[in-house]
Amino acid sequence: MDAAFALIAGHANYWLVVILMMIGLYVAIARGNLVKKIVGLNLFQTSVFMLYISMGKVEGGTAPILTGLPATVYSNPLPHVLILTAIVVGISTTALALALVVRIREAYGTIEEDEILEIERDVGSKS
Amino acid sequence: MLQALLHQLPVLQIVLPLVAAPIVAAFGGNGRGWMIAFATSLIAFAVAATLFAEVLDGSVISYHLGGWAPPIGIEYRVDILNAFVLVIVSGVSAICLLYARASIAAEVEEKNHAFFYATFLLCMTGLLGVTITGDAFNLFVFLEISSLSGYALISAGAKRDRRALTAAYNYLVMGTIGATFFVIGLGLLYMLTGTLNMADLAARLTGYGDSRTLRMGFAFIFVGIALKLAMFPLHLWLPNAYTFAPSAVSSFLSATATKVAVYALLRILFTVFGFDSAFEANVLRLIVLPLAIVAIFVASFVAIFAEDLKRMLAWSSIAQIGYMLIGIALLSHEGLMATVIHLFNHAVAKAALFMVAGAFMLRAGTTSIPDLRGIARDMPWTSAAFVLAGLSLVGVPLTVGFISKWYLVQAALTQNLWPVALLVVLSSLLTLTYVWRITETIYMREAPAGVRRSEAPLSMLIPTWIFTGLSLYFGIDAGLTSMAASRAANALLGASNLFWQ
Amino acid sequence: MNPDFALYLALFAPLAALPLIAALAPWPNVRDAAHIGTAALTFALTLNLLHLMLGGASPSLLLFEIMPGLPLAFSLEPLGMTYALLASGLWVVIAIYAVGYMRANDEAHRTRFTIFFALAIAASLGIAFSANLFSLFVFYEVLTLSTYPLVAHKGTPEARAGARTYLAMLLGTSIVFFLPAIVWTWTLTGTLAFQPGGILGGRVDPAFAPFLLALFAFGIGKAALMPFHRWLPSAMVAPAPVSALLHAVAVVKGGVFALLKVAVYVFGVDYLSSSGASVWLCWVAAASLLISAFIALSKDDLKERLAYSTVSQLAYVTLGVALANQMGIVGGAMQMVMHAMAKITLFMCAGAIYVTAHKTRVSEMRGLGRQMPFTFAAFLIASLSIVGLPPMGGAWAKWFLLMGAADAHQMTMIAVLAVGSLLSLAYLVPVTASAFFAPARGEPSAAMKEAPLMLLLPICLTALGCIALFAFAHDIYVFLLHIDFLPLPEAVAP
Repeated sequence: MDAAFALIAGHANYWLVVILMMIGLYVAIARGNLVKKIVGLNLFQTSVFMLYISMGKVEGGTAPILTGLPATVYSNPLPHVLILTAIVVGISTTALALALVVRIREAYGTIEEDEILEIERDVGSKS
Repeated sequence: MLQALLHQLPVLQIVLPLVAAPIVAAFGGNGRGWMIAFATSLIAFAVAATLFAEVLDGSVISYHLGGWAPPIGIEYRVDILNAFVLVIVSGVSAICLLYARASIAAEVEEKNHAFFYATFLLCMTGLLGVTITGDAFNLFVFLEISSLSGYALISAGAKRDRRALTAAYNYLVMGTIGATFFVIGLGLLYMLTGTLNMADLAARLTGYGDSRTLRMGFAFIFVGIALKLAMFPLHLWLPNAYTFAPSAVSSFLSATATKVAVYALLRILFTVFGFDSAFEANVLRLIVLPLAIVAIFVASFVAIFAEDLKRMLAWSSIAQIGYMLIGIALLSHEGLMATVIHLFNHAVAKAALFMVAGAFMLRAGTTSIPDLRGIARDMPWTSAAFVLAGLSLVGVPLTVGFISKWYLVQAALTQNLWPVALLVVLSSLLTLTYVWRITETIYMREAPAGVRRSEAPLSMLIPTWIFTGLSLYFGIDAGLTSMAASRAANALLGASNLFWQ
Repeated sequence: MNPDFALYLALFAPLAALPLIAALAPWPNVRDAAHIGTAALTFALTLNLLHLMLGGASPSLLLFEIMPGLPLAFSLEPLGMTYALLASGLWVVIAIYAVGYMRANDEAHRTRFTIFFALAIAASLGIAFSANLFSLFVFYEVLTLSTYPLVAHKGTPEARAGARTYLAMLLGTSIVFFLPAIVWTWTLTGTLAFQPGGILGGRVDPAFAPFLLALFAFGIGKAALMPFHRWLPSAMVAPAPVSALLHAVAVVKGGVFALLKVAVYVFGVDYLSSSGASVWLCWVAAASLLISAFIALSKDDLKERLAYSTVSQLAYVTLGVALANQMGIVGGAMQMVMHAMAKITLFMCAGAIYVTAHKTRVSEMRGLGRQMPFTFAAFLIASLSIVGLPPMGGAWAKWFLLMGAADAHQMTMIAVLAVGSLLSLAYLVPVTASAFFAPARGEPSAAMKEAPLMLLLPICLTALGCIALFAFAHDIYVFLLHIDFLPLPEAVAP
């Protein structure tokens, strides 16, 4: 019982990350709406950000700002920096994806994947 | 002064196109954009060539970005392998840009030209960055720069066919998942080692042994890169993306994007992981090798029945990536040589073939295969380039494709992997089939009555023939490529301790 | 003349003529003259090489290294010289014939035709002079590719289909069998150079030697060993000069020549016979020989009958190789020469009949001999040479092959050779017999006459050649005995 508790509570951050990740991946794959896919993709990416951030936490550590006190324990700042970059990448991805959705909407008149596929199939059979 | 400049070459390689991109976006109207982009790519090629010459003797250039020493700071690390890839990427960019001018004028709306060339430069920046960097997280960032601009470039084909948009969107979703997988794996490695510098990672992983975290990290990174390089069965984004992209983009991306991903895979596999545990070797032998062979056969069969020239070439790319993966999975000196040479071979041959497709698109308005009947009569030079580049894809002697096939068969035979060697040569027949199907259509069938098409403009013919000429030249005198490939293979294998040998 | 330079000239003369022929496209007469002139020049240069060689020179040429240790290199030895003389000499004849045929038949794309024709001969010379297996393979493939446009020349659906089979089988066998065989040899020995006495002796496990030989024998698809012979009949869609080129000179002889080279200089005849690696090949070749002869009997289309006859006659050479002794090799080489001279005559006759009388079937040719006496007389002479009756050159080839079989104590093979000759008698001689002696069907048309002079002249030349070869066979035999069957003694220091 204790072991099971430790497995869950001791790795709580990982469990949260995994759950969030799976939700995101599922949405990105299973949803037919192109915007919802992007939402899923964002969730997926965010879970990874959380993985990194939680990994950098040092028990009892404070924010990594130099205070001058010799005994201070700092959290690892590197993951924060990395994730800052990754967030920027994520935002650009989202922006580009949304821009593409707008163009798709202009071109096809819909953002539902199955309807788009149907239109494309009709075009394919005609040509 | 010159010496100081030479020391900065690794960073110039990246910064030049990066800075040129916004300039093109801002002031690139009226064809100026093309000129700036072309000039930049020429300079980038010169830089890459200089770097290549410097490391040809097997030395390694380590550049510390901002003066911060690795492993804290980001390191650019140039050895013979990535210098070779740098030359390929920058060279292909320059030649593709030369080609793009006429082709893009026809396929992309005028008002978007400045942005197009800016994006092209960004994509090139990303690809060069992936290649040159010695820092694993930096690699991810550059990978995403190249991918994001790649999606945008593909969507530029929307003027001709709106399906370019959905192709780009699907590629985006798949590509982002791949990149995120890569980051997850990297995070796990970081947990284990506390470092992101590849050389440092390698040093810390040596003798680490085996653990579940390491395996997970390996798996995530592997799948992530496999998505980017369109390894079968993660290739679904590729056919549409290459089919509907503007021809110059298909040519550029097919020659560089997947190649750079293959390079990243080589780097991660051999430099970072270095086969310290049997697990990684087993993944390659038991999963990648069979998948690569299946990829070659399935993709070649689809290519044989494709109705559209560009789609055929796209499927052919998936098959050709299979050969590179076989070379990697054989885990031997000859195998890696075959991979590196095939990287080059496929880059030049496929770029030439997509350029031919673009020329047909420009003059005939279509790349549908039945509509290209007898086009060789009207476009003799373009068609001849197709045949020669196609033969290089098949691996006929006196083309560079033969050299890579030679090493691949040799690698399989020295390990007594008879079935692999046999399947490789058998699959060449499939390649021959789809190449010859086009050849026959464009040469031996009568053109539709009353249709005349003029030869492609010189600005498109010259780049096409540069690539074709390269694939012939390096097939006749493979000294430089095999030397570079041999040293690159040595560098990769030297870094890893192949425990089973 | 510097021997190396002479070799260089002979190799590059046909290549150098390509741009010239292309440039002369607007003036057909000048272009065709240039074609014949190039052929004559190449033949002269090759004769010059023979002269130098008989004078004791041994020219060699290294163009460049393609991969480390794998150079494109050339040298001279008796087998290669024989094949080169064959290819360049018969090119002159065929060039004259081709000009006449293409004009009389009013074919299109004549410049393309001429260029690829010259390219094919250039590739043949490359094969002939190759100093290593690698160079041979390169030119072997060039030959395949350069003859494709010739086979598909007419562009009709049948021509395209035939050419497709042609290309697929030749490139297919070479890539799937020949190339792995070469790479295997390379991994075993670290060299691909043709060396007297072979390079494989002691380097390959005798248990694997038959497999390696099989890869070579079937990989060299141009030798048309059954079951990889289908390309030959398929290629019959080509115009007659091309058929003559493919079936008599460049392509099929290139195949058996490559096989001879592999046997003598890669395996080594001694190793081949001592390891017993080639015993199975005797039987396959014998089967190929007899089966294709029977198929030839059943064909009514003249060109198809000739094609299967070629398959059968090529199997003689393969059999000679498989016998793995000196007489077998000499007989094989002799058969290569004699068959080339005879078969080219037969194909040119078939073309002449087609151009003049528009007949392709044997059954339609009854009585035609009275209109075209010269053509059919030439046909008869060549037929008898194929059969192996004196005083035609073919007799000697069969004789040496029989000696080879006797040396190898292969009594069955002696019987096979004899039956094969009888069968060839049965499928070739009736063609002439019915043309001369059977009554013509229907009214003989008044317009019917002998073939044009441009066609007739080459035909008569090669028919006389068949007879002349009977007289000169001894010289060829002596020349072929110069083949180095044994490893050169180590201590030969000049």
